[in-house]
Amino acid sequence: MAREMVADRHPTDLLLRSDRLPHIWCPGCGLGSVMSCYTDAVQASGIPVPLHVAVSGIGCTGRVAGYLSLDSFHTTHGRAIPYALGLKVANPELQVTVISGDGDLSAIGGNHLIHAARRNIDLTVICVNNFNYGMTGGQAGPTTPRGATTSTTPNGNYEEPFNLPHLLATAGAVYISRWTSLHVRQLRESMRVAIKKPGFSFVEVLSPCPVGFGKANDLGEGRDEMWFYRRRSIVDDNANLADVGLSMSEDEPIVLGNFVNRDRAPFRPAVEKWAIEEVLHGEA
Amino acid sequence: MIRRPMDAGLEQFRVPRGQVFIVPNRCKDCQFCMEFCPQDVLERSDDLNAKGYHYAVVAAGKEDSCVNCQFCNLVCPEFAIFSEEVTEVGSASH
Ligand SMILES: Cc1ncc(C[n+]2csc(CCOP(=O)(O)OP(=O)(O)O)c2C)c(N)n1
Ligand code: SF4
Ligand code: SF4
Ligand code: SF4
Ligand SMILES: [Mg+2]
Repeated sequence: MAREMVADRHPTDLLLRSDRLPHIWCPGCGLGSVMSCYTDAVQASGIPVPLHVAVSGIGCTGRVAGYLSLDSFHTTHGRAIPYALGLKVANPELQVTVISGDGDLSAIGGNHLIHAARRNIDLTVICVNNFNYGMTGGQAGPTTPRGATTSTTPNGNYEEPFNLPHLLATAGAVYISRWTSLHVRQLRESMRVAIKKPGFSFVEVLSPCPVGFGKANDLGEGRDEMWFYRRRSIVDDNANLADVGLSMSEDEPIVLGNFVNRDRAPFRPAVEKWAIEEVLHGEA
Repeated sequence: MIRRPMDAGLEQFRVPRGQVFIVPNRCKDCQFCMEFCPQDVLERSDDLNAKGYHYAVVAAGKEDSCVNCQFCNLVCPEFAIFSEEVTEVGSASH
């Protein structure tokens, strides 16, 4: 058989604004891998492509919306979820997915995140956790592990980070998983399930940011951070979520899995009196 | 479930085969595909693409090793590599 054959386009170009490629993300950044898994999950979802909408906030991850050839919305910093909520409530037939960064979703947007989970809004949230604010120069945020070096924690981060799956489980999300951008098959399948799930679904993706985080923490290039995930990851769907916090220590596992899949009535605005009656007394 | 030994008819379980395609000018040499391809099919090119990166190519001697698993297709952050199943004509032995 021949060696590689040269092509001038990729099958996924159908779902991309391919005139904007190559994208701006750094070599070794995991964001393109996450976008690739998302486009594959959209195709595998069985939901017609024109019904999918992707909503991003601000940051390197926030750029995803601009590269998709879907209806997409690049919103303001931290506010992807409120925009997505408006879209979904006004157009319940749409499949609305928020794809944004750890800082955008859990720092400036943290309150929207927990209340959307509490209200069980029918959204899928894909949170790319690269442990820092990549776009603005590698500052520490609420997901930066203890001890990690960043541009704002040159002597090591002394704060306790969020354990996002545990936070979201407590807040009420009905589907919760965590994968890395190396675990592409599991990630794609998890995104597909999350997209189909009625109610608030949350997929955390650990992803290399060699420029903002990897170099400062001796993780090397993106490729080396992928090896770091391979070395340290274990899969445990039944893990006690209180114990799945992330640390820099080589001795601690990175726990991955499809952690939560439960059912609870999704948010429906009670616009009519009968709808309130339904909530109080159950469906007739 | 009872597992039975596959003592006969093994030839009907053919390993899928893939042909690798590259869009050379999209590659940024992150090496995700090369490092994690389960069959070690890929390596860096000798020459550079238009942006100055070595890009992924099929390594010498690995022409028949791709099993069309789609890992490289999914992991590539640049939409620069994919594989397509090869339907073999004639004998499966090689
Ligand atoms: C209101 C406001 N505050 C601050 C900023 C600066 N800013 C841009 S992106 C960003 C953080 C992004 O971090 P994250 O969501 O983790 O995305 P990443 O770049 O890591 O993918 C900040 C603080 C802004 N654009 N708007
Ligand atoms: S700064 Fe980090 S997150 Fe942003 S594109 Fe570069 S590697 Fe990716
Ligand atoms: S499809 Fe699988 S076996 Fe073939 S080159 Fe890609 S990763 Fe390797
Ligand atoms: S994964 Fe894509 S960008 Fe990275 S080396 Fe392979 S072909 Fe190039
Ligand atoms: Mg980030």
